[in-house]
Amino acid sequence: MKIPLIYNVRSVLQRPLSTALTALGVGLVVAVFIGMLALANGFRAALARTGSPDNALVLRRGADSELSSGVDRQTASLLAASPHVAIGANGRPMLSPEVYVLIPLPRPDDTTAVANVVVRGISEQAWDVRANVTVVEGRRPQSGRSEICVGRNLVSRFAHTGLGETLRFGSRDWTVVCHFAAGGSAFESEIWGENEQFMPVFRGEVFQVVSFRLRDPAGFDEAKRALEADQRLTVDVHRETDFYAAQSAILGSILEILAMLITSIMAIGAVFGAVNTMYAAVASRGPEIAVLLTLGFHPRSVLASFLAESAIIALAGGVLGCLLALPINGVVTSTTNWASFSEVAFSFRVTPRLLLAGVIFAVVMGVVGGFFPARRAARLPVVQALR
Amino acid sequence: MALVEIRDVHKSFQRDAQRIDVFADLTLDVAQGSFLALMGPSGSGKSTLLNLIAGLDRPTSGTVRVADAEVSRMKSGALASWRARHLGFVFQQLNLLPVLTAAQNVELPLLLTRLSKAERAERVGVALGVVGLLDRMDHYPRQLSGGQEQRTAIARAIVADPTLVLLDEPTGQLDAKSSQEVLTLLQRLNDEFGKTVIIVTHDAHAAERAKTALHLDKGVLVEAEGVAR
Amino acid sequence: MTHARLVLANLGRHKRRTVLTILGVALALFLFASLRTVVTTIAATAEYGGARRLVVTNATGIVFPLPMAYANRIQALSGVHAVSWASWFGGRYGDNKRFFAQFAVDPESYLALYPEISLPEDQKEAFFQERSSAIVGRRLLEVFGWRLGQDVTIQGTIFPGDWTFTIRGVYTPTDQVINDDMLIFRSDYLDERLGRPGITGWYVVEIDDADQAAAVSKAIDDLFRNSSAPTKTGTEQAFNASFATMWGNVELLMGTIGMAVVFAILMVSANAMMMSARDRTGEVAVLKTIGFSDRTLFGLVMAEAGIIAFTGAVLGLGSATWLYRATNFNAMGFLPGFQVTPRTLVLGGGVALLLMLASGLAPAIRAARLPVVQALRRVE
Repeated sequence: MKIPLIYNVRSVLQRPLSTALTALGVGLVVAVFIGMLALANGFRAALARTGSPDNALVLRRGADSELSSGVDRQTASLLAASPHVAIGANGRPMLSPEVYVLIPLPRPDDTTAVANVVVRGISEQAWDVRANVTVVEGRRPQSGRSEICVGRNLVSRFAHTGLGETLRFGSRDWTVVCHFAAGGSAFESEIWGENEQFMPVFRGEVFQVVSFRLRDPAGFDEAKRALEADQRLTVDVHRETDFYAAQSAILGSILEILAMLITSIMAIGAVFGAVNTMYAAVASRGPEIAVLLTLGFHPRSVLASFLAESAIIALAGGVLGCLLALPINGVVTSTTNWASFSEVAFSFRVTPRLLLAGVIFAVVMGVVGGFFPARRAARLPVVQALR
Repeated sequence: MALVEIRDVHKSFQRDAQRIDVFADLTLDVAQGSFLALMGPSGSGKSTLLNLIAGLDRPTSGTVRVADAEVSRMKSGALASWRARHLGFVFQQLNLLPVLTAAQNVELPLLLTRLSKAERAERVGVALGVVGLLDRMDHYPRQLSGGQEQRTAIARAIVADPTLVLLDEPTGQLDAKSSQEVLTLLQRLNDEFGKTVIIVTHDAHAAERAKTALHLDKGVLVEAEGVAR
Repeated sequence: MTHARLVLANLGRHKRRTVLTILGVALALFLFASLRTVVTTIAATAEYGGARRLVVTNATGIVFPLPMAYANRIQALSGVHAVSWASWFGGRYGDNKRFFAQFAVDPESYLALYPEISLPEDQKEAFFQERSSAIVGRRLLEVFGWRLGQDVTIQGTIFPGDWTFTIRGVYTPTDQVINDDMLIFRSDYLDERLGRPGITGWYVVEIDDADQAAAVSKAIDDLFRNSSAPTKTGTEQAFNASFATMWGNVELLMGTIGMAVVFAILMVSANAMMMSARDRTGEVAVLKTIGFSDRTLFGLVMAEAGIIAFTGAVLGLGSATWLYRATNFNAMGFLPGFQVTPRTLVLGGGVALLLMLASGLAPAIRAARLPVVQALRRVE
């Protein structure tokens, strides 16, 4: 860059108000961009973290969600005997058959509003098989009792979920004996309890899903092939992480598309602002441009210089936008994942990559907005500019 | 071989529907080492002539050769490079970029060369020393007087050791004292440093300091009267 | 030379700047209207519901079924005029990119309860006669290119296997409460293939008198309170309203983005007005010298800001209204009846007013207060 950047930086500072307004415009676009993608990110991340790549999830053939699936006891037993299932430290197959239903819980902030919360029936194995799940308060539910363990994300957001409290659903009262965490995944929005307690209340003697640890994590494809071909079972086998990630696909995509659409339209407006600012700058600095061209700076150096100036303003806006969006990181929100019909709580996730994308987006806006004004500067007829 | 060769140059402007002829069949040679003053009433086209020599404008017909380059034919990219190497130009006003210090302004032409930072600083120092403004090198244009601004502009015009120095009404905006400073400097550049200098001026006193003077009136160049050499 | 001419002349001085600013305002208000319409559409679906229809679901959760045996017992209650039932099917069609509702109903009673599902009598009859037939909403014909009489195959998820239906009817909704993109088939077809399990998804009940809604709902729920499948009954409107909340705090999200949009465009228009102000200084001085009052100058500048703001508003709000109406937009089935409401237009006008004031006030005051002498010095 032949023309020193310090010239552009100082020129920009000469018109502080105009620069600030333009930068702020760009900054707001970047803030919305980062905010909305952080929302999509958080949602996808919550589901992507759900489950383990070393686990396989078995549903009834054709079922696209745990909710619409049904796996009977016999199938569960046959699966437990499969050589593809890892054996745990206690000598038993690492296999977790689970009941999966949705129950309506009233939202505390709006009692007419209802959230469909996942209730998952488990056995002792679940705590080992479903990776990353740990009890953070209290103790595990005891067999034979009407006891439940509530996911961390539900505790702050729904009533009667504190330790020792009683939550009523399925026409029965349940005592909350523990809270559990699951690495920020969708499990943290669930209520867990013993299979045998839930079965008579909900759907009878049938599980919805079976999760097991692969004996050989690299052997998923073989396990899938073998189990799906088995005539005694009618199942689909999914890699656990893939399954949950796919569940986030639709809503995740919608959020991302929405983000792109909204910020694109906003960006056009911000670019128009940059165009106006730069044209005014070029107009007011005619003599300076004439000097530069006369001195022998190539027209394309002048073009580059003004492009850089526009980019500098936009960059400042981009950084500002990042700062504006940053506080949203970690804020918890929830929505209904239509793919599973269940309520999922998650937090906004601002990543360094996203911040970088925001800054680059800002610079692109600056360059696009600055192009035509910069071209005009480069093509300035020196003689006329000096009149 | 003259440094500047102007042959049969014709220049006209189109202003709305009217065509204005500035000059026609202009022929001029300027030898190396000259100190030439171009004079004439306002609107006579003397600035236009200067612009043609600098390659800032193109003749309607005819050729302009400077230092063996046909400036009237070159494309803008090539002209830029040519100007960087051969030309030092000083306008009547608004020469300096207001956001850069005097030293940074003077350094600008050197950015088009391959000199290192240290070498550039040295040259800037020399140039500012020649014009007597070393103590002002870190001042901004708004902190300089009119005369000091013009002298800084001259320093910038010579810092890259150009073949030719052109000045368009360099003392037009200055008071008598500052004008004297500038003109003395120009004489020094010509006498001591052997620079070829062409100035456009309507000030007779300024023209007196030059070695030769030409008068441009109604498109015709004539030797100016009463210029003693 | 009228005042209007002066204002327009000023705007025309930098046509590109004026055009770009107006377009920017238009885009911002288009976005504003669209965002608000998401909120209003979701809220509107919460208002839908026949006044005399109740929905009966399993109290344990809507994903649990109810016994068929309940039908007669509900019918027998006083205040109940008619009963019908339906089950959610929720299958996948094609690449599953376009969601549409599919459910199984008791044909005669369901269509009687929903006069809003309007279709020709002969098609209705065909639906009543043929067990494997289905009626589909008019929009599905456009979306998938289906024709009357065609077979369509859906992959069941809740009820596994491939399910083929023959399209015997195409319905047109006469009220927004009914979506125009549903596929409705017969519950006896579902029952037969499942081996007659004797269950259904939910009941729809028509009552004699709308004021009786609460009383009849309670009566139904009392009836089944202690059974294995207790019920939760409410008006159809309450039922729809509960779905609207499932999105989460959409209002907050859209509102926040909307605010950001308005602020961003405020930056752009304020900047534009400020730049115009700088160019205008000399002219203001001349006008004042001629004899224009400070008040008039103030008005001229505000008028300039106002023209930009309101022209942009008309463009932006107008194109949003027109676009969604012309394309009959419904966000791939998720947001039926997506139309810009009059209230949104009024709010948009308010935003334009805000833009006018925020961007025009400072330059207008400055122009009004400008001392002539100072300005004239700047003119040369």
